[in-house]
Amino acid sequence: MIKVENIRKEFGDNLVLNDVSFSFEKRKTNLIIGESGSGKTTLLKLLIGLHTLDSGNIIYDGRVFNEMKLKQKRLIRQEIGMLFQGGALFDYMSVEENIMFPLTMFTEQSEEEKLDRVNFCLQRVNLENTNTLLPSELSGGMLKRVAIARAISMNPKYLLCDEPNSGLDPKTAIVIDNLIQEITEEFDMTTIVNTHDMNSVMQIGENIVFIHKGVIWWEGNKEELIHTNNKELNDFVFASELFKRLKNK
Amino acid sequence: MMIKGLKNIGNYFIMMKKVMSRPEKYSVFLKQLKLEIGKIGLDSIGIVIIISFFIGAVVTIQQSINLENPLLPKYLIGLVSRDALILEFAPTMIGLILAGKIGSSIASEIGMMKVTEQIDALEIMGINSASFLILPKIIAAMFFFPILIILSITIGIIGGWLGGLSMDIPTADFVYGLQYQFIPFYVTYSLIKTVVFAFLITSISAFYGYTTKGGAINVGKSSTLAVVYSSILLLIFNFILTDLILS
Ligand SMILES: Nc1ncnc2c1ncn2[C@@H]1O[C@H](COP(=O)(O)OP(=O)(O)OP(=O)(O)O)[C@@H](O)[C@H]1O
Ligand SMILES: [Mg+2]
Repeated sequence: MIKVENIRKEFGDNLVLNDVSFSFEKRKTNLIIGESGSGKTTLLKLLIGLHTLDSGNIIYDGRVFNEMKLKQKRLIRQEIGMLFQGGALFDYMSVEENIMFPLTMFTEQSEEEKLDRVNFCLQRVNLENTNTLLPSELSGGMLKRVAIARAISMNPKYLLCDEPNSGLDPKTAIVIDNLIQEITEEFDMTTIVNTHDMNSVMQIGENIVFIHKGVIWWEGNKEELIHTNNKELNDFVFASELFKRLKNK
Repeated sequence: MMIKGLKNIGNYFIMMKKVMSRPEKYSVFLKQLKLEIGKIGLDSIGIVIIISFFIGAVVTIQQSINLENPLLPKYLIGLVSRDALILEFAPTMIGLILAGKIGSSIASEIGMMKVTEQIDALEIMGINSASFLILPKIIAAMFFFPILIILSITIGIIGGWLGGLSMDIPTADFVYGLQYQFIPFYVTYSLIKTVVFAFLITSISAFYGYTTKGGAINVGKSSTLAVVYSSILLLIFNFILTDLILS
């Protein structure tokens, strides 16, 4: 479980997050939704310490992350897999080298063991036999899947995903969503996914927070979301005319 | 402007403090180092040879015109060319060329990694990204630049000899001049400068790459800034070192 308590973050005089508290639960795909610029990426980056908090606490299963020294933070980070908005694969390394990289850096495994793990992860994301390709030779959906494979190579306890299906077609997007949900349960992870894709929300939304105006405006699951009366949330979720009419029926 | 400059200097030292830490894993570090020696060192050999050859030839030709006087012995041309190449042309000129070539490539490589979140990816894996990416480059350059400069001096002298032949300077005179009153310390001085230049070029360029913000356009900007500032600092340090060591 990842808990955030009274988080506050300002960039200059742009107050992005104001007193946000929430628990991201284990074995669940927790969703953060909100408009572009609402602070979803900022929240994820705060969680892993790429931004510093103005105030509040971030707690990984009882361990207060924000009070740690950088060295201790690095140890927690090794328990975290992260999927970046653009994939962030190392572009001079092949698929295999990308996935193997964390293993090489942090384990004493033999080449064979590492290769086994790489192939297991690749198979898990349905990309067998792509080992020697370079990131520039992959399609958008493949790139995301390799990034997932790299994120899970170290058996992380926590998986953070920033817009895992931005730039993908709806069908591929759902494949990625399902994959994230499956591995979350399979490997007992606490997963957090940022998204503004309503397909994803309806597909995997077990525990959803809606960030609006710097606060948690609403929280619930996908059924509750469909029937909500919250005006701002409705404006966000049912943004298109078609959806509005469908909801009003 | 002034404040921004000071802030940059501060940030440079903060970054360098991060860079100067023990590598996480030596086997990986050595692999990176080999890669960087290839990129920074071996790939520069061609350009160093071409430039040094022509500089050597031109320097000798100019000296032989300047020293065209029946009272002055011809071997003087060999001597003067030798010292000019060792003291200034090889380290400083090649330093500036390498600032352009290597500085821009380091800044754009690291800048691109920054804007595509690859550096964030390293950080969240728990890796000290500054040290991981930058330290091998600095060490590779400090190790390989002196080799490039020795090469440059050698090729420059060969160029000088051929340039001299075209001006009717006999080989025997030129070679005698090369050996005449040779001060080995000049080579030491030249190599000290080179090592400092190597450090400046790689660390400053890495700094501009590492602090790139935004998108691809800014990568281009960082790479320009990297070349401009590493060249300026190289010239400033050239002055300081010459003042300290030679006078
Ligand atoms: N490093 C930064 N420095 C200054 N301001 C920033 C920084 N990062 C984000 N911001 C600001 O914080 C706000 C939230 O940005 P953030 O990237 O978290 O939004 P987001 O919800 O992820 O949007 P999107 O859906 O478009 O990815 C924006 O107003 C942005 O300008
Ligand atoms: Mg975002």
